[in-house]
Amino acid sequence: MSLFNSKNKEALNNPLWKDNPVVIQVLGICSALAVTSQLEPAIVMGLSVTAITAFSNVIISLLRKTIPSRIRIIVQLVVVATLVTIVSQILKAFAYDVSVQLSVYVGLIITNCILMGRLEAFAMMNGPWESFLDGIGNGLGYAWILVVVAFFRELLGNGTLLGFQVIPDCAYEAGYMNNGMMTMPAMALIIVGCVIWAHRGISKDE
Amino acid sequence: MLKKIFDTLRPTFTEGKLSAFRSVFDGFETFALVPNTTSKSGVSIHDSIDSKRIMSMVVIALMPALLVGMYNIGYQNALAAGALATTSCWSMFLFGLAVMLPKIIVSYLVGLGIEFVVAQWKHEEIQEGYLVTGMLIPMIVPVGTPLWMLAVAVAFSVIFAKEIFGGTGMNIFNPALIARAFLFFAYPTTMSGDAVWVAKDQFLGLGHQLPDTFTCATPLGEAGAGMEITTDMASMFTGLMPGSIGETSVIAIAVGAFILLWAGIASWRTMVSVFVGGALMAMLFNSTGCASNPAVAQIPWFEHLMLGGFCFGAVFMATDPVTSCRTEKGKYIYGFLIGVLAIAIRVLNPGYPEGMMLAILFMNMFAPLIDYFYVSNNINRRAKRAKQQ
Repeated sequence: MSLFNSKNKEALNNPLWKDNPVVIQVLGICSALAVTSQLEPAIVMGLSVTAITAFSNVIISLLRKTIPSRIRIIVQLVVVATLVTIVSQILKAFAYDVSVQLSVYVGLIITNCILMGRLEAFAMMNGPWESFLDGIGNGLGYAWILVVVAFFRELLGNGTLLGFQVIPDCAYEAGYMNNGMMTMPAMALIIVGCVIWAHRGISKDE
Repeated sequence: MLKKIFDTLRPTFTEGKLSAFRSVFDGFETFALVPNTTSKSGVSIHDSIDSKRIMSMVVIALMPALLVGMYNIGYQNALAAGALATTSCWSMFLFGLAVMLPKIIVSYLVGLGIEFVVAQWKHEEIQEGYLVTGMLIPMIVPVGTPLWMLAVAVAFSVIFAKEIFGGTGMNIFNPALIARAFLFFAYPTTMSGDAVWVAKDQFLGLGHQLPDTFTCATPLGEAGAGMEITTDMASMFTGLMPGSIGETSVIAIAVGAFILLWAGIASWRTMVSVFVGGALMAMLFNSTGCASNPAVAQIPWFEHLMLGGFCFGAVFMATDPVTSCRTEKGKYIYGFLIGVLAIAIRVLNPGYPEGMMLAILFMNMFAPLIDYFYVSNNINRRAKRAKQQ
């Protein structure tokens, strides 16, 4: 059995575009609105979710035959909570500024629907390697939407990207102003809507 | 004569090489002439007032407020330059016209451009709703708003408040107010504060150059800052006070209101109940006071109704037939709550000196709910009556 047969490739690739957790399943919207006002926290958040989804998928997939089905949710929660705590501690140790910006949203990854959805729908029925790929795929599918939204919000809201000023000073002198609404969550919702719009426009599957 | 031009042009657009632009042609034709189509089946009676004719009527009703607004731009500019005595009426008005025209042109170009593109793309007729919105948007922004900001706000409101809901007649929120709300939240420094209410630059040699640092607060802004209002009743009535362009003159808005009511376009129920709601709420605050914002709470109720965008909103925004209640009784509740909320926002939230915009948008959201309860209430009553007999 090869590591990347067509079924495994599908598990990795589908969530990136065809079955994207944010724009198709509309999951994880809460954090997509909350952490995307700057590009840097959005990238960190995307990577954290990717890591947690991948490893919790692997762990649950290894345990799937021993977990009694009546208490499976609590077991999944314990696994996810453990991983979230680890990630949160790592962020505090090595990227303190970003972890302050993300504040409670790292802890709230526990309640991210994408995670529980993948554990229930995929990891409980598949082997560890497939589950790992599925977790990576879904995490990255979530992350790239976050990065796109954060790109527009930071560019138009603050005129910067990753903290560096992108829009030149002469534009400001000519009368250009940053769009304050871009820094509010309401605008993130509209940008997510635009991403969904573009996505449906490009892929004609539905 | 017009008809002849359209008749000779029609084949080029319907079959000829310009057929890609037939919706544009159709839009201009029905704008200029009453369409000669009749319903194909069944019995139905039309009068020749279609929505394009209604829209033109509203634009006519807006004219008095617009003209006074233009004059007021020049007046405020001359007043601020201290040259009131030496500046003639006409040059004040021409200055206002010169400041105002680019705003109107930008608003129509951007808005109608988007409408044309969408109509062509969806193979639909061009919808006429933008005729009114395009006139309203320049009238409800401060005179200091830059043109590019206006264009961005127009594009935002036409796309996100109107087209994604299905175009004219389908929108939940008033697109003109969405444009203003967008500007208000996106660029707060150009939409409120003291520096945006007077035109500062000379335009085509008209008007007076003012220093960039010149500031002038609106009456509501003054009250919000805890100062005495310096505007007297007469200026509030005629509209010679700082404010958004179209909203200052009570008397011009009253003329517009009469035109709308005479033509049977706007609902008197909505208008009256907005004023009643606002007056009652203002009286309530007058008697109770408000610890956090005492100066605004103490504005007498009749001045509350004349200041800011209250009149303009009540006459031209709240009565919008698309976004207000459809049921006649529902209009009383809808209007009353707009008045109450507008004054409540003014008094209770010092961050928003003007509450009319948010109050109308908020009640736009509730209009379908009010309608729903009235309709279901009516159904229940009739069902009960039928059972008794």
